[in-house]
Amino acid sequence: MSPSVPLQEMIRAIRSARTQCEERGVIQRECAAIRAQFRQADNEGRSHNLAKLLYVHMLGYPAHFGQMECVRMIASPRYSEKRVGYLGAMMLLDEKQDASLLITNSIKNDLSHSSQFVQSLALCTLACMGSAEMCRDLAPEIDKLLRSSNSYIKKKAALCAVHIVRKVNELGELFAPAARSLLSEKNHGVLHGAVVLITELCERSPETLERFRKSVPELVHIMKGLVLSGYSPEHDVAGISDPFLQVRILRLLRILGHNNEVASDAMNDLLAQVATNTDSTKTAGNAVLYETVLTVLDIKSESGLRVLAVNILGRFLLNNDRNIRYIAMTSLQKIVGTDHIAVQRHRGTIVDCLKDPDASVKRRALELSLALVSASNIRSMMKELLNFLSTCPLELRAQAASGIFAAAERYSPSQRWHIDTILHVLTTAGGDVRDETVPNLIQLITTASELHCYTVHKLYRALLQDISQQPLVQVACWCIGEYGDLLLKGDCQEIEPVQVNENDVLDALETVLQSHMSSPTTRGFALTATMKLSTRITENVDRIRSIVSIYGSCIDLELQQRAVEYNALFKKYDHMRAAVLERMPIMEKNSTGQTNGETTGELVKEVQPVKVIQGQPPTQPPASQVCDLLDLLGDSNDSGKPSSSSAQSSNNTSSPGGDLLDLLGGLDLMPPTPVPTIPVYEKNGVNLTLSCQKQSETSLIVTLTASNSTDADITTFTLQAAVPKSVQLLMKAPSGDHLPACGTVKVTQVVVLNNPNKVNLKMRIRVSFTSQGVAFQDTVQVDSLPECR
Amino acid sequence: MRFLLLFSRQGKLRLQKWYTPLTEREKKKIIRDMTTMVLARQPRSCNFLHWKDLKIIYKRYASLYFCLGVESQENELLALEVIHRYVELLDKYFGNVCELDIIFNFEKAYFILDEFLMGGEVQETSKQTINRCIENSDMLQETMEEYMSKPAF
Repeated sequence: MSPSVPLQEMIRAIRSARTQCEERGVIQRECAAIRAQFRQADNEGRSHNLAKLLYVHMLGYPAHFGQMECVRMIASPRYSEKRVGYLGAMMLLDEKQDASLLITNSIKNDLSHSSQFVQSLALCTLACMGSAEMCRDLAPEIDKLLRSSNSYIKKKAALCAVHIVRKVNELGELFAPAARSLLSEKNHGVLHGAVVLITELCERSPETLERFRKSVPELVHIMKGLVLSGYSPEHDVAGISDPFLQVRILRLLRILGHNNEVASDAMNDLLAQVATNTDSTKTAGNAVLYETVLTVLDIKSESGLRVLAVNILGRFLLNNDRNIRYIAMTSLQKIVGTDHIAVQRHRGTIVDCLKDPDASVKRRALELSLALVSASNIRSMMKELLNFLSTCPLELRAQAASGIFAAAERYSPSQRWHIDTILHVLTTAGGDVRDETVPNLIQLITTASELHCYTVHKLYRALLQDISQQPLVQVACWCIGEYGDLLLKGDCQEIEPVQVNENDVLDALETVLQSHMSSPTTRGFALTATMKLSTRITENVDRIRSIVSIYGSCIDLELQQRAVEYNALFKKYDHMRAAVLERMPIMEKNSTGQTNGETTGELVKEVQPVKVIQGQPPTQPPASQVCDLLDLLGDSNDSGKPSSSSAQSSNNTSSPGGDLLDLLGGLDLMPPTPVPTIPVYEKNGVNLTLSCQKQSETSLIVTLTASNSTDADITTFTLQAAVPKSVQLLMKAPSGDHLPACGTVKVTQVVVLNNPNKVNLKMRIRVSFTSQGVAFQDTVQVDSLPECR
Repeated sequence: MRFLLLFSRQGKLRLQKWYTPLTEREKKKIIRDMTTMVLARQPRSCNFLHWKDLKIIYKRYASLYFCLGVESQENELLALEVIHRYVELLDKYFGNVCELDIIFNFEKAYFILDEFLMGGEVQETSKQTINRCIENSDMLQETMEEYMSKPAF
C-alpha cells in the first residue's frame, strides 16, 4: 500500500501518465489508498483524501465509496473538513442517493452555527442538492434565516428559499411575507436574492402574483435608483450599475405587468427611460436593453414604447457583434406575428444576415425571412432566398426548400414564376426536398396548360445537365413522358427553340434508367415515361419496345412488373395502347399532407384490360374520373378535356361538372325505401342488382352484383358510375370481369359514397361487356338509392 | 441555470457544477454533447447554441471553454456577463489565472463559484464582497489549520 500523497502531487502524477492505461494504474493505486484511509477511524489527512477523490471523480472515475466519508466530514467540527465534506456532498450526493438524507441533520445543525461561513456552507449545499424531503424539513429554518440581521446570510437564505419553492411548490406561501420585506434592503446581494425569490413565487402562484403587483412602484423606484445613480465602484460593469440586478428587476416587472393595464402603466416611464439612457456599447448595457425590449413587448405597453423597442432591435441588427444580431433576430421572430409591419421595416437587414458566415445567425435569418415574405415583396425575397439556398449549409437546406415552396405557393405572382422557382429549387437543392414535392409539382404543371411546352423544354435541359437530383429527375421524366410530343415539336415561344429529336429523348430516359444514381422510384418514372412516348413519337417505337422488354427481366420487382405489363400492352392489347397512354387531364389539388410517391406516374396497374377502375389511395388524380363521368352522362363538359376513354386509374372525389345536377334536376325523388337490394338493370343477359349499407352519417357502401343469365360467357364486364356533384365516390376493384354462363359466378363491385352535404343520392351506371364477340354498352340511372337504416 | 462546465481545448473536464439532479450517465452524456458541440464551433461564431430545450452559452478564455446551460427565458447576454464575472473572480484570487491554477486548485475554484452562484442563480453582484468572503473563509481555514499545525491541502 503506497503512502498517501498530498493532493497536488497526486494530480501531478496523474497528469504525467503518458497513456490512458498508466493513468488508470495511478488512479487505481490512489483510490485503494484512499479507501484504506477512509476505513481508519481517526485520520489527520481526511480532507486531503476526500479532495483527491473528488479530483478522481472529475476525471470520470467512480467515486461512490466516498459518499459516507462526505457524511462524516460534514459532521466534523473542523471548518476545513466541513468545507470539503460539503463540496463532496454537492458533487457525489444528489437527491437520488440514499446517503443524502443522512446529512439533513448536519445541515440543520450547521444552519444555526455560530460562524456565518459554516451557515453559508449548509445553505449552499441545501440549495444545490436538497431533496423535497430535506426542503420540507428545513424550510422553517430558512424562513428564520431570511429575517436575520446578517446580509450575508439573508442573501443566501433567499436563494435557498428559491430552491425549496422549486422543489416543494406549496412552501411558497411560507416565504412570501419575508420576501416582501426584503425588498426594502439596501444590500444588492439581498435585493437580488429577494427579486429572484419573488419572481419564482409569482411564476408559480397567480394569487401571489396578484399580491406582488402592489410592489411594482417599489421596484420601479429601485430600478430608477440604479439607472440614474452615479458611478458606484462596487457594482459597476462597463458603465452600467449592477446589470445583474437590473435585468432581474426588469424580468420581474415583465411578469407583473403581463396582461395587466395598471401595472403596465406604472412602469411605462421607467422602461422608456432605461431604453433611452442605457449605454449600448458593451455587453452589459446591451443585456439590460435586451431585457427591457423583452419586457416592453410582453406587457401592455403603449404603442410609442413598442415602436421604440422594435427600433432597438433594429439597431441590434446592425451591430457588429454577432451575438447581438442573433438575439435581435430571435426576439423579432417572436413578434413577427403581432407587429408584422414594424418588423418589415428591417427586412433589408434581416435579408443581409442570410449572408452572415455564422450558422446560428443564418438559421435565425432564414426563419425570420420566411416569416416576412408577403405578396408585395415576393419577387425580391425569393431572389434572396434562392441565392441563399445555393450557398447555405446542408442542415438548413431542407428547411429553406420547404419554406420557399410554401411561400411560392401562397404568393406566387404567376404560374410561370411559380414553376421556374420550383425548378430552381429542384436543381440547386433537389436532394433535400420533401417527398410531397414531386406530386405537388406535377399537379401544378398540369394546371398550367399554356406552359406545358415551356416546362417540358426546361425540364429536359435540366435533365441533360444533371440526373442526380431525384425529385427533379422524377418530375422531368413524368413531363417528358406526358408532353413528349410538345418537346419534339421544338417550337416554344418562351425559350429559344432547340431541335430535339426522338433518339435524344430516348437516350436521356435510358440514361436515367441505367444510372446507378437513380432510385427505384425514379426508374419507375423513367420506364413509364418511355412507354408513354410510344404513342407520341413516330419513328423509334421499336426502340421503346426493346427497352421495355429488357426490363421484363429486371431484378427490381416494381420495374419488372411494369415492364411486363407494358410488354403486354404492346403485344396483346396494342389496339388499346393509344387510348391508355393518352394525355392526362388536369388534376385537381387534393388535400395537403398526402404523400404520393410513385403513383402519379402510373397508368396501368393490372394486366387485366385496362377498363377496370381500381380503388387507389385517394391521392390519385381524380379528374380522370371527371372526364369519364362527363362522357358517361353524354353531356357537354365545360373544360373541353381530351376524350375520356376509359380507365385511367382511379376515381375518387369530386364528381363531374355542374351539369349533372341539372340533368337530374327534373327527376322526382322517391322516398327512400327500406328495401336493401334493388334490381337495376336486366338486359342482354346481364342482371345487375344494387344494395346499400349505411356506414355512418355521411357515408354509404353500395354493392353492385352482376350475373349472367344467358348460355354464353360474358367477358370484359365493367361498370362505371356517376353521382351528384357534392358526393364523393370511390370504386373498389371488382371481383372480376368474367361472367360465366347461367349465372354460376357473380361479379360484385363495391362503391363507397361519401355524402357530406347530405344531398339526395342518385347514381348513373354504365355497363359494358362483350358477349359472343359482340360489344355491348348501356347506361342505367338509379334515381334514389335505398338507404338502409 | 442548469449546469456550468469548464473544459479544455482537448475536451478534458476541469470543473462541473450541476443545479438539477441527474444520474451519472446523464451527466456524462451532457458533458460529451457539450464538448463536441462547442469544440466544433468556428472561432468567430456566435456564442449561443440550442440544445434540446436549453440555450447553451459558451465563451473561450485562453485554453478553457466556459459553458453554461440555461433555460429558455434567461437572458443570454447576461449569461455572458456571468461567465465573465466568474473569470474575473478567479483572476483576482489566483492572480493572472491560467488553466493550471484551476487544475491544481480545483476545490478553490469551486469555493469561489459557490460564493458567486447558488442554486443556479447569481448570489452576489459585487466583486469586492465575494473576494472579501473568500479571503475570510480561507483565513478561517488557515487559522484552524495553523492551530492544528497541519498544512492546508
